Amino acid sequence: MMRRALIFAFAALLMLAAPQRLAASGHDGENFSPKEMVMEHLADSYEWHITSIKGRDIIVPLPVIVRSSTGWHVFSSDKICHPGATYYGLYIAHEGKYKDKIVEDVGGAQKRPIDLSLTKTACGAIFSLLVVMILFLVAAAAYKKRNEVDYCPKGLAGLMEWLISSILDSVIKPCVGSNWRKFAPYLLTAFFFIFVTNLLGLIPIFPAGANVTGNITITLFMAVMTLLAVNLFGSKHYYKEIFWPDVPIFLKAIPLMPLIEIIGIFTKPFALMMRLFANILAGHSIILSLACIIFVTVHMGAAVNGSMTAVALLFMIFMNCLELLVAFLQAYVFTMLSSVFIGLAQEGH
Amino acid sequence: MGLLTPSGGLLFWMTIAFAVVFFILAKFAFPVILGSVQKREEYIDTQLDAARLAEVRVAGLEEEGKKIIADAEREKVNILKDAAASRDKIVGDARETAAEEAARIIAEAKKQANEEKEAILASARGEVAMIAVQMATKVLRGQLTDKEAQMALQEILGEEASEVGK
Repeated sequence: MMRRALIFAFAALLMLAAPQRLAASGHDGENFSPKEMVMEHLADSYEWHITSIKGRDIIVPLPVIVRSSTGWHVFSSDKICHPGATYYGLYIAHEGKYKDKIVEDVGGAQKRPIDLSLTKTACGAIFSLLVVMILFLVAAAAYKKRNEVDYCPKGLAGLMEWLISSILDSVIKPCVGSNWRKFAPYLLTAFFFIFVTNLLGLIPIFPAGANVTGNITITLFMAVMTLLAVNLFGSKHYYKEIFWPDVPIFLKAIPLMPLIEIIGIFTKPFALMMRLFANILAGHSIILSLACIIFVTVHMGAAVNGSMTAVALLFMIFMNCLELLVAFLQAYVFTMLSSVFIGLAQEGH
Repeated sequence: MGLLTPSGGLLFWMTIAFAVVFFILAKFAFPVILGSVQKREEYIDTQLDAARLAEVRVAGLEEEGKKIIADAEREKVNILKDAAASRDKIVGDARETAAEEAARIIAEAKKQANEEKEAILASARGEVAMIAVQMATKVLRGQLTDKEAQMALQEILGEEASEVGK
């Protein structure tokens, strides 16, 4: 027992010294910028940077799809992603309004082409959606195979049924009300997409690990979906409450209340968008910043570096546990608030 | 501010991917899973109802069984009581009949005995009368000594006795 503990402690010490060795062998150690590293992860990019080994970047190139002034172009991102590269007159801007985006020079001015590139975030989102789809289709296949009324699924199907039932019974049914059947597919897809994406975001290994739910476009899309679900299927009562609410007439004559209500239609999804975006973004940046501590302290000597590595590791473990909770919580909160908004718009049905 | 600016291309791909996955799941996955869960729930409900009904029925049967047992018990008591009563009655009747019969037989026997006694007495009276007549005859025929008289009497009595003995 004692010997095992000693071996473990020795191995831990060696690992604490590892970043210094790594940094000393690579060129990154000299001009390592934590801000750049964190921002690079949080922002979308045309290629999927996995890691660097001894100064060589390991990159998965992704398809770039743009419509520039010379027409549609589809090509691999490795043609354009190294500094100074241009392809069909297209290049990645390094500063200005379109920083880190593909631009072209038309008539002396920087212009942004129509850009439908499958970026890192897009691929991450598609990967999560594929995972969600496969999970559900496999679960559904288990039911179809055993077409029995008293069949109680085990394994993956059992897990999925448990998750679905708990979300249905604790969130969707009570919040949406009697019309829940109509909205359950959207709410369940939204919940599982956000939940799975959040979890995949915590796994630092390709093809997981992209910052998907911490990207404003993704959360904007989810919020717009909820906005549509709320307002396209709103009841007469819901619209009467917006345009002609039960308030004294002078609040409606100058349309003060209707104005507030109409703004409310948009602030609710906006809050959904910002909440999910900010939570996941913050989680990713905190974990990455903690990891950066290790590399920032490399030049301060083995003692400082080793102890800071230990501290950073402990905090990273703690933050990962917290993010695990946040991953579920944010998916849960998004689904619950969407359900509540939908439920409020269904009143009087 | 790059982080806060939505990107059109990403929105495009996200919309397509989400829409495709949503429609596939809404068509092939959720109806199957939710339908199965609901069917199972209904099945469990009906089974529970059936079990409850069966329980009630079993309780009723138990009650009925108890009632039947109680009835049988009462019947048994009644039968035993009746049996005891009829036994007593039969025994009493028999005893009465036997007593009557005995009384009748005794009465008959007494009557017969009386008749026989009367007959014996009557014949004895006749004998004594005959003896008295013979004695008187003898006395009248000869002088009989006391001794001879004694002997003659013995003789007559012996004759009578042998006659009776015949």
